Amino acid sequence: MRVGLLVTCLVDMMRPNIGFAALTLLESAGCTVVVPEGQTCCGQPGWNSGDRAAAKALAEKLIVEFEDCPWVVAPSGSCAGMIRTHYPQLFSDSPAMLARVRALSERTYELTDFLVNIARVRKVPGTYAGSIAYHDACSGLRELGVKAQPRQLLATMAGLTLKEMAGCETCCGFGGTFAVKYSDISTHMADRKCDSIVSSGVDAVVLGDLGCMLNIEGRLRKRGDATRVLHVAEVLAGDAPGNKAKR
Amino acid sequence: MKPQSIHFRARAADAMANPVLQQNLSRFASGGLGKLRADAVADFGPQAFEELREAARAIRERSLTHLDVWIARFEREASRRGATVLFAETAEDACDLVLEICAEHGIKKAVKSKSMLSEEVGLNEALSAAGVQPVETDLGEYIIQLASEAPSHIIAPAVHKSRDEVSDLFAQHHGKPRKSDIPQMTREAREALRAHFLSGDLGISGGNFLVAETGSGIIVTNEGNGRMVTTLPRVHVCITGIEKVIPTLEDLSTLLRILPRSATGQAISNYASFFTGARGEGDAEGPEHMVFILVDGGRTNLIGTELQDMLRCIRCGACMNHCPVYRTVGGHSYGWVYPGPMGAVLTPAYVGLENALDLPQAATLCGACSVVCPVKIPLPDLMRTLREQQVDRGLRPRTERLGLKLWSWFAQRPRLYAIATRLAVWAMGWHADKSGMIYWMPFASGWTGSGKAGEGRFLPAPAGRTFRDLYARRKRGG
Repeated sequence: MRVGLLVTCLVDMMRPNIGFAALTLLESAGCTVVVPEGQTCCGQPGWNSGDRAAAKALAEKLIVEFEDCPWVVAPSGSCAGMIRTHYPQLFSDSPAMLARVRALSERTYELTDFLVNIARVRKVPGTYAGSIAYHDACSGLRELGVKAQPRQLLATMAGLTLKEMAGCETCCGFGGTFAVKYSDISTHMADRKCDSIVSSGVDAVVLGDLGCMLNIEGRLRKRGDATRVLHVAEVLAGDAPGNKAKR
Repeated sequence: MKPQSIHFRARAADAMANPVLQQNLSRFASGGLGKLRADAVADFGPQAFEELREAARAIRERSLTHLDVWIARFEREASRRGATVLFAETAEDACDLVLEICAEHGIKKAVKSKSMLSEEVGLNEALSAAGVQPVETDLGEYIIQLASEAPSHIIAPAVHKSRDEVSDLFAQHHGKPRKSDIPQMTREAREALRAHFLSGDLGISGGNFLVAETGSGIIVTNEGNGRMVTTLPRVHVCITGIEKVIPTLEDLSTLLRILPRSATGQAISNYASFFTGARGEGDAEGPEHMVFILVDGGRTNLIGTELQDMLRCIRCGACMNHCPVYRTVGGHSYGWVYPGPMGAVLTPAYVGLENALDLPQAATLCGACSVVCPVKIPLPDLMRTLREQQVDRGLRPRTERLGLKLWSWFAQRPRLYAIATRLAVWAMGWHADKSGMIYWMPFASGWTGSGKAGEGRFLPAPAGRTFRDLYARRKRGG
């Protein structure tokens, strides 16, 4: 299976390790992975800020870059959700583009969703020792139905204990530009999330979206809490920073 | 009600700094109506509930597609059964109509069951100014009327108040010893209200639905006050939005299944009161005069626009019960009658985009509202639509516009983008401490806050090199 990896702009800049973990997982699932070189951003910041023109320009660029790929996979529910759910809305007024857009959006997947439902992965390459809680980041959960997939994969890992935390489906307060436009509200929401994480007593909170990770990690550290915040791809690939059971 | 939505930020900051309110909100968030709804959905069967949502959506959609036809039918049927049907285009028109009725019938006291529309048009203020005493009889509305506050939730107007606060309020207004036992407090309120029910000459109710087929108004309540208000006084005025008309009783039966489950997790509300015309010959009870006032208040402006879906709303409150922003800042922050996600769309639509700039923006678009909405209103999409309208009308700050334009300009030019991100990564790395956290840096104070202890967040610094650079090196075999 040939897969185009949408690295996502945040992973590219902030946590390249997540991109490589995704690469490892896809390759170990038997996929041939291509990483289109000129890729930048899916256009979500423009879309959510009411700048349809900016979003469209970036969406058109992404469509051209990934159109040859039979599958498109992103280690992010929100970027995959942007393509899958929102690209068709974005181009609803351009009938000429709509067929191309739909064709691409239908074969775009969030990483764990792709591994479970398309690549039919039942075993992952990584190992992990410790207890984790899974935070269901909003776009993946509500736009793409990513809920059981990461848990199913994590459950295959010996040494990993998954504890469900209260409010695991409640937004962490990131919300893209919301986090900087309404910093105080966002921080307050992050605090509630940190409370749930801390009271669940786990070593690490695991999730599938880097924006939410930065928000949660930034707030935890500010509170002086050392609970690790890991991307599900890093955990599944055994590449998580500080993983005691590293390959 | 005069909109204060322009002050959202300040009001939200006050709400977050108020420990009592925060405690009340967190109690609401953890054990509140959201959980009751989830239990009701589980009981009903999640799949069946999805089918019910779709049926409810379709009914409301059908009602709106031919709204003019259903309104005309409603008017005909209601008039035929002895009610008067009046129309008000604006809030002022609505108040004027009620005041005319008061003058005509020599009304001194109006007893009211909960009506958000009456809040919307500022009816209590208008009545008081004209010398008619309005008395709220829904317990929550009664509490906030005593406190001279606005509702903070559409079905639980006093949800922002703790028991202690209500105890103080009752002791102050009832002139009786302070009580803290809830059943005793309710009994005391009930006794105080009973006298009003018996002395009120006008009953004012809202209307959850208006059935075109029979010309009936329906209200869904739990306390029984609605039944008193609609039957005891000489005159009954049902004031509601023109979009509340639905075609048939059959449609109503579907909507009555989903409304209480979505609102309070009840399979059925304690009361569903139907009123069709005034007291007829041989009727033992009922008002001598029954008037429906159907208010537009900006609703027809939404028909045929991208915001039309919002008119499907059946006012259950599920969107705010599940909204993490609402649960953080409370209902008063939104500054008008309708808080939470529904308010983020309705308020700018009804009072003007420029008067509620923050409302469609102050949302993470997490989607928790749209998945519980009984009539499937795509609330985050509608907020995005309003954001687009703000951009189109030049209502966004210049720095925000510039930032986005720069981002999109670079992101369309991969080579420059690679250089720019490399620089950004370097700059962030330079500001980070040994543990990889940025406490504060230029252009990042939106994230970190002022950098003071306790406030804001650290910004986790980038790992060091961009994926693009590392991947290129790996491909070169480096």
